[in-house]
Amino acid sequence: MGNMDEDSVFKALADASRRDFLDALRKKSGQSLNDLCEGHAMTRQAVTKHLNILEEANLIVTIRRGREKLHYLNPVPISDIYMRWIGRFEQDRMQALFNLKEALKENDT
Amino acid sequence: MKTPDQVYKIHIDATPEKVWSAIIDPEFTKQYWFGNANVAAKWEKGAPWQHQGMDSGTLYHGGIIEDIVPNERLVLSWSNSADDPDVSRVTFTLTSKDGGTDLVIIHGDFIEGSSMAISVSKGWPNVIANMKEFLEHGVTKNLKTACDCI
Repeated sequence: MGNMDEDSVFKALADASRRDFLDALRKKSGQSLNDLCEGHAMTRQAVTKHLNILEEANLIVTIRRGREKLHYLNPVPISDIYMRWIGRFEQDRMQALFNLKEALKENDT
Repeated sequence: MKTPDQVYKIHIDATPEKVWSAIIDPEFTKQYWFGNANVAAKWEKGAPWQHQGMDSGTLYHGGIIEDIVPNERLVLSWSNSADDPDVSRVTFTLTSKDGGTDLVIIHGDFIEGSSMAISVSKGWPNVIANMKEFLEHGVTKNLKTACDCI
């Protein structure tokens, strides 16, 4: 993920309503604009604007199914973030455990 | 309730031709897809394809090539074996964008309560990240994030 892509992902995530839309799509992927407008005290235009920001950040993908445009959660950018930070911390922990094991072995002899 | 389709989208800094090879060339596939390869005697509509472990020849899954437009679109039926009722469909769409490729993978048409849907949802993000890294840098960092399901 390039820096600019990453900026757009974090900017898109820095808004509670947009995170709500992602949660809604995580629960049920493949929703129409009408579905996503339900339960939000927001104009259709405002919802569309939020969805566009999410789509530009690649966090959602829209696909035409007949006359409807359906919105799907795209897990790839969040998976990239996970790999970049969490994956790396995991490696550090493994290294720490390995070092501890080596140190204990040395104490034994 | 219908099992929802899964959609994955990624931009890769490589031409559609290269991304296409990464999907259908077994020598290419095994370098980033946990050592496994997509194999077909002939990549043409109606022909069978298989996802194989290259060393042991273990068959993970496969199906029929339902549609194929080289460098643009590939539609595969996808199940664990020929008599497995848990059949689904994978559609790869490649679009040239900004000198690279937008790759969209839709894994859908799952049967109700599909266990395949659960297992592939864990595998695809890793496969896609590996494919991107391999095509852009020629290496994969997390090849060992093996998943027995995809």
